[in-house]
Amino acid sequence: MGTGAALWRKAYVAMCAITLCLAGCAGKHDDTLVFWTFGPEGEAVAKLLPDFERAHPDIHVEVQQLPLSAAHQKLLTAIAGGTTPDMAQLGNTWLPELVELHALEPLRESVAASATVTPADYFASIWATNVIDGQLYGIPWYVDTRLLFYRTDLLKQAGFDAPPRDWGEWRRMLAALSHPERRVYGILLPTNEYEQLLSLALQQPDPLLREHDSRGNFESAGFRRALAFYVDSFRLRQAPVVTNVEVGNPWEEFGRGVYAFYFSGPWNVAEFRKRLPAGEQGDWSTAPLPGPDGPGAGLAGGASLVVFRASKHRRAAWALLEYLSQPPVQQRFYRLTGDMPPRRSSWDSPLLQHDAAMHAFRDQLERVQPTPSVPEWERIAVMMQQVAARAVAGELTVDQAAAEMDRQADRILAKRRWLLERAETKR
Amino acid sequence: MKASRAAWLFLAPALLVLAVFFLLPVLGALALSFTDYDLYALADLHNLRFVALGNYWMLLHRPQFWAALGHTFYFVAVGVPLSLAASLGAALLLHSPLARCKALFRTALFAPVVTTAVAMAVVWRYLFNTKYGWANHLLGLLGIHPVDWLGDPHWAMPTIILFAVWKNFGYNMIILLAGLQAIPAELYEAARIDGASAWRQFRHVSLPLLGPTLLMVAILTVSGYFQLFAEPYVMTEGGPLRSTTSVLYLMYEDGFQWWNLGTATAEAFVLFLVMFAVTAAMLRLSRKEAA
Amino acid sequence: MSPRLAKALVNGLLLGGAAVALFPLLWMLAVSFMPAGTSNALPPPLWPAHPVLDNYRQLFEHAGMGRYLLNSLLISGAITLLSLACNLLAGYAFAKLRFAGRERLFRALLALLVVPAQVAMLPLFLLFKYAGLVDSYAGVVLPGMASVLGIFLVRQYARGLPDELLEAARIDGASELHIFLRIVLPLLRPVVATLAILTFLTAWNDFMWPLIELTGQGHYTLPLGLASLAREHTEGTEQMMAGSVLTVLPVLVLFLSMQRYYLEGLLLGSVKG
Repeated sequence: MGTGAALWRKAYVAMCAITLCLAGCAGKHDDTLVFWTFGPEGEAVAKLLPDFERAHPDIHVEVQQLPLSAAHQKLLTAIAGGTTPDMAQLGNTWLPELVELHALEPLRESVAASATVTPADYFASIWATNVIDGQLYGIPWYVDTRLLFYRTDLLKQAGFDAPPRDWGEWRRMLAALSHPERRVYGILLPTNEYEQLLSLALQQPDPLLREHDSRGNFESAGFRRALAFYVDSFRLRQAPVVTNVEVGNPWEEFGRGVYAFYFSGPWNVAEFRKRLPAGEQGDWSTAPLPGPDGPGAGLAGGASLVVFRASKHRRAAWALLEYLSQPPVQQRFYRLTGDMPPRRSSWDSPLLQHDAAMHAFRDQLERVQPTPSVPEWERIAVMMQQVAARAVAGELTVDQAAAEMDRQADRILAKRRWLLERAETKR
Repeated sequence: MKASRAAWLFLAPALLVLAVFFLLPVLGALALSFTDYDLYALADLHNLRFVALGNYWMLLHRPQFWAALGHTFYFVAVGVPLSLAASLGAALLLHSPLARCKALFRTALFAPVVTTAVAMAVVWRYLFNTKYGWANHLLGLLGIHPVDWLGDPHWAMPTIILFAVWKNFGYNMIILLAGLQAIPAELYEAARIDGASAWRQFRHVSLPLLGPTLLMVAILTVSGYFQLFAEPYVMTEGGPLRSTTSVLYLMYEDGFQWWNLGTATAEAFVLFLVMFAVTAAMLRLSRKEAA
Repeated sequence: MSPRLAKALVNGLLLGGAAVALFPLLWMLAVSFMPAGTSNALPPPLWPAHPVLDNYRQLFEHAGMGRYLLNSLLISGAITLLSLACNLLAGYAFAKLRFAGRERLFRALLALLVVPAQVAMLPLFLLFKYAGLVDSYAGVVLPGMASVLGIFLVRQYARGLPDELLEAARIDGASELHIFLRIVLPLLRPVVATLAILTFLTAWNDFMWPLIELTGQGHYTLPLGLASLAREHTEGTEQMMAGSVLTVLPVLVLFLSMQRYYLEGLLLGSVKG
């Protein structure tokens, strides 16, 4: 029995040791400040960091770049699993969701004590998207709204001297510029991106959700008008039915005149400058969104910097946040990414003021609308686009699609209605 | 007595792992599927409700779920027969006395099986690119118009099926080849003496004797194909127009993108029941035929 | 049909099949050496005119592929070693040790095979969340430490061992563990090799559970890193192909060098027990 028992013990100890060692690897978080970025911003941040680390030799920053398409899922999984980074770049439409999950560190006191972050300097509508129930959870990092990139030369050839001011004019231009038989289209609207339809919907007087944001309001006259305009662009073959996955290289195609309009965001200013040959640089410009009758509103988008409640390096995270909020750093960031700064003093640079492509953005930023501030919003927006894509494909009429959106939105919001009712009865 | 104690000690590690990391979670999934565990419950457990069969009831009324189930059935119903046909064809060729360099061919035909599905799905995405892909280039040489393989909702699933057949046929090929080799040569000899053609030999000797192996292989393939996930995740992201959203893809979205764990676990269980029913039906049908 | 024609037909079909099976692999390898942007041309090029290693360098320097490679090796290696230990012990016990309820327990284990692993994934995530194991190597390795299929495989093989040998050792007073380590294990060597390669390949190619469990890039395996790059839509074809080569090559080489064991395991596993 003697040797046998000893052998057993040895074998078990060895296995337990290996298992424990593996488990031990789990809680390894050391002194690094982990910063999650989504999309191209990560690379730019990496270039801004050396200065920061020189000024703060005790802080080491690790930037992790995650693909934008997986960003939302990664954030939620990290929160659910208790493995959040210290800080992150966060689309401001996702903020309510993360606040609901108690994932974010409130920042009001840090701002009050800060000499760098001065709320009055920020665009008010963008700052407001970071305030939920009176508490502040994020500091705007860059602002983002969707508008029109257009080919000045193609418009001129078709007899239009200025970009469209309202939908009627826009539709006439699209008709004149589309030649589907030659695979030339007025506009590119990737069918898996919801921002374009959403922008048109935000131009309407009707809100997107009703009854304290507990039911869909997609059957409102306003939304149906926006959806009809969107769907018509495809039915009239003024936009090709393609998704982002297959579109390939939209910049090159825009340069070749495959599309005269491109409904997109500010980062593409830098992309077009980089990707189009010098000879074509004079042939494009940007324009604010046309509305149903006159200049229209746009999406109050953008990303904020947030600090996670579970972070053990909140002081260091705030230091990095302050550094990235300094106007000179924001101007460098703009140079690297084309992402527009959220503070007025950062716009006071010749770089931004003398940039014709940015004027339209500055103009549009005066007319931006936030999306509903409910945790379910991202899911509803994705659903809206999936149903809209079916309408584009001809599976549903505009009215059917709007009804379907309301049906699905009501289902998604069922839990929220129950929570509201419960809160009501408690009171 | 001592032997039995030793046996339990031998079994303990494996049973412990299976119990804690599989059995317990499966039971947990069943429990979760009767609740509305979601983002709100994740934030605060007071927001959790017991909904009994509510999630299952809702699934039955949710067109997206039926669509996902339909796509999964499409994948299984077309993919499995194609895979088996390719496997059987390859096995017969390798078994033929006329074939040369058998070991080399066997390795080549089997190679796709061991490759990583994610990596090869990425390769496939480029091979079937509408503009620069080889698939359309070859069609072009034959004078056929380019197909929008992964962008057209009618073609995306067939493309994924082609990929699955390419990736998996080698596995069953090996098993069927072993089955063919186990058939005694005398039976063929006797058939030949009776003047049976190659086709009749296959029809009346190989196929009946291969029956049980084919059935087992078919059942394994069916249950594997029901678990379609990585291919649409990498190649199409469930699109275009959700045409490649399988039940597992939907479960992944509902569970890990939107954190509706109640809905997602109910979806997982329905998939499990469907798989169980289909494989059981296959077994029963084959028994009836044999009887 | 003349015999010569039949022979040409059979070998021609085999050659065609092999070409279809290998073309994507060879194309992937060729494109991975092309300079960025050159593969998107018409007609699509088959061979790099000026082969370069830039794509691989980019992957290691900027995309963190080196880290993913190490993670993959570590995770697959740990799963292989640990699950070998668990499955060998259990499979042998089911085959050769006598205890009450042996057959019933084994049948119960086999019944578990019917339940797809995905059913367990959501609660397993919650379990690991409370255990603090989300985004850790352990979170991927622990559930892989035993498998019903592995136990089944070992049992099938171990049943063929001669009982007399074990009885003789027992009469000599050897402990059961001693018998297992000194007598049984050497005899099980072929099935050990088989199980090792099967487990390693499965662990290496595994996707869904690591995708859920590993939330931070630091722990990504190669398939996760590659899928993440692929969904970004910003990397060029050439670089994606280099990433695919890195992911596929290790398992392909392993398979080629241990083909015999792999195919044997495949047949052993498919025999009805």
